[in-house]
Amino acid sequence: MKIAVASGKGGTGKTTVATSLAMAIKAQVFIDCDVEAPNAHIFLRPELNQRKLVELPIPEVDASLCTGCGRCSEVCQFHAIVVLGGKTLVFPELCHGCGSCTLVCPENAITERPKSLGLLESGALDGGMRFAHGVLNVGEPMAVPVIRQLKNWQDFWDAESVILDSPPGASCPVVETLKGADFVILVTEPTPFGLHDLKLAFQLTQELNLPTGVVVNRDGIGDAGVDDYCRETGLPIMMRIPFDREIGEGIARGKTLVEIHPEDTERFQHLYALIRSLLNDRGGRA
Amino acid sequence: MKQIVVLSGKGGTGKTSVAAAFAHLISMNGQSVRAILADADVDAANLELVLAPKIITREDFGGGQIAIINPDVCAGCGTCESVCRFEAVHEKGDHYWVDPIACEGCAACVYQCPEGAIVMQEQVVGQWFRSESRYGPLFHAALRPAQENSGKLVTLVKQQARLLALDANYDLVLVDGPPGIGCPVISAISGADLALIVAEPSAAGVHDMQRILQTANHFGVEVLVCINKADIYPAGAAQIEALCKELRIEIVGRIPFDTAVTEAMVQGLPVTAYQPKSPASQSLRQAWQKVIGALEIAS
Repeated sequence: MKIAVASGKGGTGKTTVATSLAMAIKAQVFIDCDVEAPNAHIFLRPELNQRKLVELPIPEVDASLCTGCGRCSEVCQFHAIVVLGGKTLVFPELCHGCGSCTLVCPENAITERPKSLGLLESGALDGGMRFAHGVLNVGEPMAVPVIRQLKNWQDFWDAESVILDSPPGASCPVVETLKGADFVILVTEPTPFGLHDLKLAFQLTQELNLPTGVVVNRDGIGDAGVDDYCRETGLPIMMRIPFDREIGEGIARGKTLVEIHPEDTERFQHLYALIRSLLNDRGGRA
Repeated sequence: MKQIVVLSGKGGTGKTSVAAAFAHLISMNGQSVRAILADADVDAANLELVLAPKIITREDFGGGQIAIINPDVCAGCGTCESVCRFEAVHEKGDHYWVDPIACEGCAACVYQCPEGAIVMQEQVVGQWFRSESRYGPLFHAALRPAQENSGKLVTLVKQQARLLALDANYDLVLVDGPPGIGCPVISAISGADLALIVAEPSAAGVHDMQRILQTANHFGVEVLVCINKADIYPAGAAQIEALCKELRIEIVGRIPFDTAVTEAMVQGLPVTAYQPKSPASQSLRQAWQKVIGALEIAS
């Protein structure tokens, strides 16, 4: 089973829930897909011993073959290749690596060279759990290709139990993370900001047709808005993590909940069992 | 006219609470500084929840195009699938079909289809708004879930804010930024005179603060740091202090953990308006004074 842990709002506790769940159920694989701000390694402390560069194929124009016809620039939807004064210029930071210019060039003057977008790293934890994350290069806008290559790296995707830690929000990097997941846990906090962003994230999982449940973190702060919303929409609240200064401090130190409160291991195992039964019910109905 | 952007790297460190407090503090200062507000977190726009905006104009955002295959013309040759690098084209019976969510909008398939069966179609992926808020004009937007091009929408929101600022002689554009360091953050930071980084004193917070400091440095934008929930984990706060000292970055505020911040959010108010005397409000006021000093606009 592949479970993705996501949230509309940042900082609600995605990584806390994802890493604690992975520890409690002894997940086989953990993939941290928040390549802009990867944090799960801080909590899981894997030994990272394998690396791979993430590259995007960027056009390179052979000036001796180019006639300046401008066909490449006509087909490029991202204004990443232009002809100025008979000379063809490439703007790598705008290029999506689609290869369209290479295909249309009548002179075969375009070849592609790899441009580095980021780095993938993997390794294992003491207990045997395999771990991978991606690190987007600073100044590089495109997170999606890094996430895509991360999920396709090695044979992580074939494992029996996979936990995916998603970036925040509800746009393309989240979509790329959730692709192929069996279930999505949305972590939220019971505040107006948390509720507003939970609604967006739930719209997204509905659009992707992914079964979804909620974990309420910092339960006890804020108001009843999240509870009311979940009741009205039938979105199950599967677990509540109380607001507690000791927990907050433990997380700040880089500890998972199951390390801060070992008795929470059972609660996360229960959460996993609940997800299984929700999926079985759904399968039974379909 | 100056432009300041509030960023953090890690999500949920308090960017919006800080930006809302600053918007309130500016408005309390008579007419000495006139500011326009912009919410650049178009994925999850929260500034509106504490500024009570009244929408004045509402425009569709056509973020980009996606490929559509006409099944009546498609001969089922599969060229489109073979040229697509985004796994967006799939076989469906005797023809092919484009997954609108996976489509990158590159149009490679359009130009390669031998039958001319594929066209690009403009998508409305969100809306942007000009509003009148409690504390002045607010530009904000809502990207539809599952959409791309949040960077473009951020750029649009900021452009609109800047245009009004230049037209009507405002002193400042205050931008509430998105989390992360990728596409929407790069759009949010570009053209800024100053970035205020709201850092959280935790292992993850320190890690991500370094990523956003590197990003600001990469784009040549000057930074100030404000530590939120500064007292919750002193060792983390000390790490931030040491790092900033080493990088010669000024720390303009150390906001203590204060339940008034969440209470204010529930009331739909900036904390400085809800409980002006609370510890968080007091340090936010001091931080704002330092920020305005750094921006070199009269206060």
